[in-house]
Amino acid sequence: MTKSLTPAPDAASDRTPQRYEGRAKVTGEAHYPSDVRLPRTAHAYLHVSRIGRGTIRSFDLAQARAVPGVIDILTHETLGEDIRQTPAMYQGGYISDSVRPLGSAEVAYWGQPLAMVVAETFEAAREASNRINVTYHPHPAPSADMGSEGAVTQALEPMNLAVGNFEVAYAAAPVRIDADYSTPTQHQNPIELFATQCVWEGDRLTVHEPSQYVNNVKFGLAEQLGIEPERIRVVSPYVGGAFGSKGFLTQRTALVAIAAKRLGRPVKLVATREQGFTVSGYRAETRHRVQLAATRDGRLVALRQEGWELTSRADSVAMGAASMTARLYACPNVSVRVNTVSADRSTPGFMRGPGEVPYGFALETALDELATALDMDPIELRRINDTRTEPIGGLPYTSRSLMRCFDEAAARFRWGERTKPPGSMREGDWRIGWGCATAFYPAYAGNASARVRLSADGRVHVSSAGHELGQGMYTMMAQVAAEQLGVPFEQVTVSLGDSDLPPAVVAGGSSSTASVAPAIMAACDAIRRRLGIEGASPSEIMPAMKASGRGVVEELAEVRAHGVDSIAGLYRGKAVPSGGVHLPDRVQFALGAQLVEVRVHARTHEIRVPRAVGAFAAGRIINPRTAHGQLVGGMIWGISSALHEHTEIDPRNGSYINANLADYLLPVNADIVDVEALMVEEEDPLVNRAGVKGVGEIGVVGVAAAISNAVFHATGQRLRDLPIRLEHLM
Amino acid sequence: MRPFHYSRPPSMVEAVVEMRDVLAADPHASATFLAGGTTVLDLMKLEVMQPSRVIDLTALRQEFGYIRRDGASFQLGAFASMAEVAAHPDIIAHVPVIAQSLSLAASAQLRNMASLGGNVLQRTRCAYFRDPSWGACNKRVPGSGCAALEGANRAHAVLGTSAHCIATYPGDFAQALLALDATIVVVGPRGSRTLPFAALHRLPGTTPHLETHLHPGEIIAEFIVPAAPWARRSLYLKIRDRQSYEFAVASVAVALDIDGGTVREARIALGGVASVPWRAGEAEAALQGLPLSDESARTAAAAAFADATPHAHNAFKVALGQSTLVRALLQVASMEPAP
Ligand SMILES: Cc1cc2nc3c(=O)[nH]c(=O)nc-3n(C[C@H](O)[C@H](O)[C@H](O)COP(=O)(O)OP(=O)(O)OC[C@H]3O[C@@H](n4cnc5c(N)ncnc54)[C@H](O)[C@@H]3O)c2cc1C
Ligand code: SF4
Repeated sequence: MTKSLTPAPDAASDRTPQRYEGRAKVTGEAHYPSDVRLPRTAHAYLHVSRIGRGTIRSFDLAQARAVPGVIDILTHETLGEDIRQTPAMYQGGYISDSVRPLGSAEVAYWGQPLAMVVAETFEAAREASNRINVTYHPHPAPSADMGSEGAVTQALEPMNLAVGNFEVAYAAAPVRIDADYSTPTQHQNPIELFATQCVWEGDRLTVHEPSQYVNNVKFGLAEQLGIEPERIRVVSPYVGGAFGSKGFLTQRTALVAIAAKRLGRPVKLVATREQGFTVSGYRAETRHRVQLAATRDGRLVALRQEGWELTSRADSVAMGAASMTARLYACPNVSVRVNTVSADRSTPGFMRGPGEVPYGFALETALDELATALDMDPIELRRINDTRTEPIGGLPYTSRSLMRCFDEAAARFRWGERTKPPGSMREGDWRIGWGCATAFYPAYAGNASARVRLSADGRVHVSSAGHELGQGMYTMMAQVAAEQLGVPFEQVTVSLGDSDLPPAVVAGGSSSTASVAPAIMAACDAIRRRLGIEGASPSEIMPAMKASGRGVVEELAEVRAHGVDSIAGLYRGKAVPSGGVHLPDRVQFALGAQLVEVRVHARTHEIRVPRAVGAFAAGRIINPRTAHGQLVGGMIWGISSALHEHTEIDPRNGSYINANLADYLLPVNADIVDVEALMVEEEDPLVNRAGVKGVGEIGVVGVAAAISNAVFHATGQRLRDLPIRLEHLM
Repeated sequence: MRPFHYSRPPSMVEAVVEMRDVLAADPHASATFLAGGTTVLDLMKLEVMQPSRVIDLTALRQEFGYIRRDGASFQLGAFASMAEVAAHPDIIAHVPVIAQSLSLAASAQLRNMASLGGNVLQRTRCAYFRDPSWGACNKRVPGSGCAALEGANRAHAVLGTSAHCIATYPGDFAQALLALDATIVVVGPRGSRTLPFAALHRLPGTTPHLETHLHPGEIIAEFIVPAAPWARRSLYLKIRDRQSYEFAVASVAVALDIDGGTVREARIALGGVASVPWRAGEAEAALQGLPLSDESARTAAAAAFADATPHAHNAFKVALGQSTLVRALLQVASMEPAP
């Protein structure tokens, strides 16, 4: 059965719990980290580089110091060795890049923090920053993008995968596709800026900072500052959007901590929107070559994908999702490769569907090209190549409902009315195109712990250092505890986003629910055991509680996720998700179908998306309301990644010339018309105890390919580079 | 942002006198007027503008916030908001191109804040103009060069540019005023004067930092928009990279006086493609006396862009500008104007 997730018209009859923190958010009672007011706060402002590569000769700080209210200016000259060089997370450390904050006179990229001004007011700090004069040693132009001469390509051999003999099978096949694709630099741009407030009480430091992983910040910062982690507390009860950008410690936090220590006052930094483009990681530009070969009846016989991903000079970062695209369809001969291209840029990182979005775009567009070459319906092509086992290691999918997703989405979309030839559908001046693509996202989970307290009056408190990014973590935690203990949702209170709470996994990889729900369930099991009713149903708990005469029962439980070797990382800020294609015995994916309609104006070529239908099978859905928000929001972001988002680089100095929300385009309401997310029911008892695969990212994946495929269907023009703009159709 | 001196004179006379005195004391004073502030404040935060003195004109809304009709023309006070004028029923019915050019601009919040006078004087969106760390920008620093010539110039102009500046005039309303032959009333230290709106903006030439023909200290007080019966057959077509809250890649303001299918007079102004609000006189001439058809529209469009000078990333604007004009002409010809 399919449940439409367009908001229920009769909300009163909808028994799904409402968002736990919704009221606090809309009334302004929810205090985000930058809302916290600390007495005697001094304000910091980052001064960032305006060259793309070079060496600082000197700072002229005289004018800046003269601005009334300026207290301190940190530079590499004044900072000394207060902040240690620590390994980046890609090397097993914590921090998102390995350029030490204000570590030297070297400038590695445009937008790199070179100084931090601290003043009595934000305005004074900003003015002083603008009055800093930096002179540089003469420097050559940077090599800032993939195409530039000085960019260095490196093959990541460990990411190569192969089965069968691609070359032979490809050469012998009757139908072949060989094409290049590209995706642009994109930035997460959460509305909440990158803010940090640090306050020391004696030798104890509290950090208020929006984070997807409070314990990563805690342990990473301790390492940078050379102090015991126990002395640091990181608080982040609400995050105003993150999308990967707040997943790991960034350089700014240590600077603010040091400034607060030097001053003996709380220090607050809110990086500007533009600075946000280089303060944290981003979605790097990628290139792909995809080669597909099939029999005339549409069976894939050879698949090859090679990806190139931009990275910084300092860090080799690659999302490498060829490991996933290699495993999506039945195909006996597969070969995938991944390369990095290092350039003079800040270190990239995670952005919603980090590898799945670009690698999926390339493969799913190539499949559409293959369907065209075969004169076959593109959904049929996917049906013919559907599989229960992945081709590389022959491992089974824990569950796979891809074709049910396509069938339900197609029925809803009325895909059957599509006429095949490109350019054959039209209404007035508008050319109409219908396109589709597969959405996929690995089902991950990480280690997590949770504490649940049940009181005799039926009140429950559940706590875990998970994170509320807007995705519905509070609601999910309250709901799972309520269900397990047989109490009404309204009687449950939740604490999260605080490193003093029982630790949990990073809120990344769509794994929060899959990780924390089992921990809450385990804590509830422990409560049952404590009450002597192991295995009892929820309705038996309150009676047993009453009978026991106890005022309170409180239990803490930790759960190790399948595929994670030990629980230890959980207590060191290193609980990262496992699953997907990284398990010895199986693969686990959420899957979906993306169907879109585009309209392209015959004269002026604007592209509109009047309709998108996605159907997703992601195991158990705990809260359809918040899942709906995730999926529809993801699909909208997919439209955005196809048609709008593009961080533009000026190669002369490696600058981002549209690093603001007026020029970095995102869709506005008028661009989004009818977006519908369908939930295809799926039970997966293997994936984790909660049966949850996660819906945080899958909604984005595949949309860009569905749109480019629809544009082809509307116009006959195959566009392989994102974003697609009207000039590409002229 | 830099510290500045702020004042808010209560009337037009006092505002004019205050600016006159500031300029008398120092003719090079970096003084600016402020209306809705949506351009000024933005540029001050970016430090593109660093005025030492800001004269806030918002009190002039009392005197010059009106929307009046007087015989065959509308008088629009320069301090009426974009939103008010866009929503005015008479404007919508009699000069739809005016209402549309305003309602398709910016966002609801900006339209509520922004004034008509400030709107026509908004500054270019050229990224190199807006970021002072770029040394080369003749508009910002006369004689410094132009970073856009060899830079990201997709959004830049193809008409009216010079070797010194290729920035696009970004606004929408100005094209509507231009097409309808509006005039403006300005008040300055030497009294008030009236000038055709077409004489307000200045081509970049060798002095792109000089954007208008206003005299120092002059304030725009009023727009006079002729409203001939045929102005009801007018529209604003705006092509952009998203459906709302975005500047034009190409736009057309058009009003058509048409008699049984034959064009008596066409009035056309182009936006998004030119360095100033751009009247397409050649296109108008090409249409005169012809039936409006796909073919005549194409001929007119070709005439409008005959002198276009594209750069590396904006060549598509030549073709897009033409198809936008063709689409606008066909659309306005088939329009059923309000009675
Ligand atoms: C994100 C964004 C998107 C936008 N999108 C669009 C768009 O799509 N289309 C569009 O047309 N515009 C757009 N705008 C521009 C916006 O419409 C203008 O900023 C606004 O109209 C300016 O009016 P204001 O009253 O705020 O002017 P201000 O900022 O107060 O002033 C602008 C300039 O005019 C001068 N000035 C103001 N009033 C007078 C007067 N009466 N006499 C003499 N000088 C005066 C000021 O000194 C200043 O130089 C956008 C702006 C932003 C920030
Ligand atoms: S186009 Fe004009 S505004 Fe832009 S950089 Fe060149 S001179 Fe400056």
